[in-house]
Amino acid sequence: MGILRRNLTAYGFLCAALFCFTVFAWYPMVREFVLSFQKTDLINPPTWVGLDNFKAAVADPAFGEAWLNTVEFTLLALLCGYAVPFVVALVLNELRHARAYLRFVVYLPVMLPPIVAVLLFRWFYDPGPGLFNQVLDFFHLPPLAWLDSSSTALISLVLVSTWMNMGSATLIYLAALQNIPPELYEAAELDGAGILKRIRHVTIPQTRLILLLMLMLQIVATMQVFIEPYMLTGGGPENATVSVAYLMYQFAFSQMNYGQAGALGMMLMFALLLFAAFQLRTTREDRA
Amino acid sequence: MRRSTGLLLVSVLGVSATACGSSEPATPAPGGAKAVTITVACQPAKSAPKERKAWDDDVATFMKAHPGVTVKSTDQQPCFDPKTFGPKLAGGQMETVFVVPVTNYADVIAQGQALDITQYTSSIKNWNDLRPDVRELVTKDGKVYGVPNVHYSVGLVYNRALFTKAGLDPDSPPKTWAEVREAAKKIAGLGQGYVGYGEYSGGNTGGWHFTQAIYGRGGSILTPDNKQAAFNSPEGKAVLQNLHDMRWVDNSMGNKLLVGWESLMMAMGSGKVGMMLGAPDVVTDVVNKFKGNVDDYGITGFPEAKASLSGGEAFMINPKATPEEAKAGLEWIDFRFNTVGKGRFDFARGKANGNPVGVPDNDVYGASPTGKAIQEDRVKNASLPVDHYQPYVEAAATIPPKAEPVHAQELYAILDVAMSGVLSREDAGIDELLADAETKANAMLAAKG
Repeated sequence: MGILRRNLTAYGFLCAALFCFTVFAWYPMVREFVLSFQKTDLINPPTWVGLDNFKAAVADPAFGEAWLNTVEFTLLALLCGYAVPFVVALVLNELRHARAYLRFVVYLPVMLPPIVAVLLFRWFYDPGPGLFNQVLDFFHLPPLAWLDSSSTALISLVLVSTWMNMGSATLIYLAALQNIPPELYEAAELDGAGILKRIRHVTIPQTRLILLLMLMLQIVATMQVFIEPYMLTGGGPENATVSVAYLMYQFAFSQMNYGQAGALGMMLMFALLLFAAFQLRTTREDRA
Repeated sequence: MRRSTGLLLVSVLGVSATACGSSEPATPAPGGAKAVTITVACQPAKSAPKERKAWDDDVATFMKAHPGVTVKSTDQQPCFDPKTFGPKLAGGQMETVFVVPVTNYADVIAQGQALDITQYTSSIKNWNDLRPDVRELVTKDGKVYGVPNVHYSVGLVYNRALFTKAGLDPDSPPKTWAEVREAAKKIAGLGQGYVGYGEYSGGNTGGWHFTQAIYGRGGSILTPDNKQAAFNSPEGKAVLQNLHDMRWVDNSMGNKLLVGWESLMMAMGSGKVGMMLGAPDVVTDVVNKFKGNVDDYGITGFPEAKASLSGGEAFMINPKATPEEAKAGLEWIDFRFNTVGKGRFDFARGKANGNPVGVPDNDVYGASPTGKAIQEDRVKNASLPVDHYQPYVEAAATIPPKAEPVHAQELYAILDVAMSGVLSREDAGIDELLADAETKANAMLAAKG
């Protein structure tokens, strides 16, 4: 009883968190799981249809393209969104002056509502008066079609996503870098290590856990890319930017096929769960 | 002190909560009949204060004339949003009277999301004057599920000011696709940023306009039994070839892909796009929502038209409505939407409010006595040159309407790929694009059964 009273505040916070998770995360997940095996119009009682929704989702013409695009987007986003923030954090960590100002500047895009950021890039990518083609023109380079060509549309979305999200990742890396004991660097310097060797033998091993965690978080987040294709390309041209999450949206809200959308959502969740389990297991084995 | 602050807060909240009601309570029902409250969709937004006031005035007049009925309006824009439609119905938040575009009739009816109003049709005002083919669109297996509110066919919307600027005669708009190409070239030749002919390519709008174009050329999207795709045809090829040539040979379509309804509307409103496929409501929307100059626009018949994709919307009743609510909802529809010279047909009020009156944006009553009376009233109160729309009116009367294909949205998503293909790649293989879309469509149709 005494323990309960002592920890009353903690239990209060725990209950609030459990309530939020139950209502806003776990219940929708369970509901989606159930929905994926049902045919429903949200009015009449749903009917159980077994695996029909899964079969219909797989048979959709855009299913394969959506998964390929999503994997490609994730790999490209990792290439840019994983490496660039780490390098920026390293540079910021080394700076002696204007560090706070630059941290603010790097984080600024995160504070913009995603819709605003995406609309900003719509103008940047405009094939006519858009900023990017104006810059290319300044350097006497030919203009690019950016969002209007199936060969450049996906990478254009990756750039938007990287710009929008790199601020948070940079700050997390920076916090990890600042936790590295300075004597490790001093010892490495005394041993004659240059900057690259210091990064390889001190920085990366010391931030390894954060790097692995961020890798997992970024893959989970980028696999669910939606707002960029929804706002900028509508999945085109020629389905070059249709993502799994965008296809789910199409199933649910264009075709009003909630069960099929639920089935695709379950597939995505299962794929991400598999990846997360594999990644956690690998990390655990490494630490052991 | 704390207590008095609390009391003040409670009082303020109480007053605020009371003030949140959107309508005055109904006058008591005569003879002790049960009072009924209905919610109705499509109240104009606060950003259109004159239209909103006209609506609110109509609500007040209606309630006075119907003791016992309380009307509460909702102003969600757009009135029908597929994203919120299902969840609103499931959550009990759907209005008693809501609007559905023709694109979604089949889905809404098939999924039981609209009330069967067959028993009430005999009391719906001017029901028999509604075009039979339009009534057929809201009828399934002999049961009626909606009151058609708007109907139109597709034509060619064009910017008369740009025609003049390009040395073209705005009173003699293109009648053939060859003439459209020539006019588009001249308009694009006006300089940087001018687009002769605008067309969609994504967000399902590309497939939608492909359907308009292939219907106009006499083709079909599906075979008559709806089992197979029928768009990989000479008509389908002609649609894509024409677009490809205008985009890449003539360079008259600009260099930007247009994705989503508002993209082309915005471009049209900017006054730099010469022509687009569209119904008369395009003019109304371009003027009201995208700052277009009403005097600049005209509309003519679809070039070489053999049929026209039907467009429009209908009011439907919430399937959870009680018989009293359904009856009151239908009376509201009659009052606001079906009465010549009243509600939305009060053209004198519309003109006084600065609306573009005179656009033939509704052919729901056709040439019936009601249709003729509405047209006469519209012309009498026109606030813009009605002759700008005469070529369309004459053409529309002779072109047979054609309904949307089943599984329209799924097919439009598939056809978006072909449209974006020809508009984004000079080397796009039209045969290959159509064959690929046909394979996908047939697989989708087979899966849907």
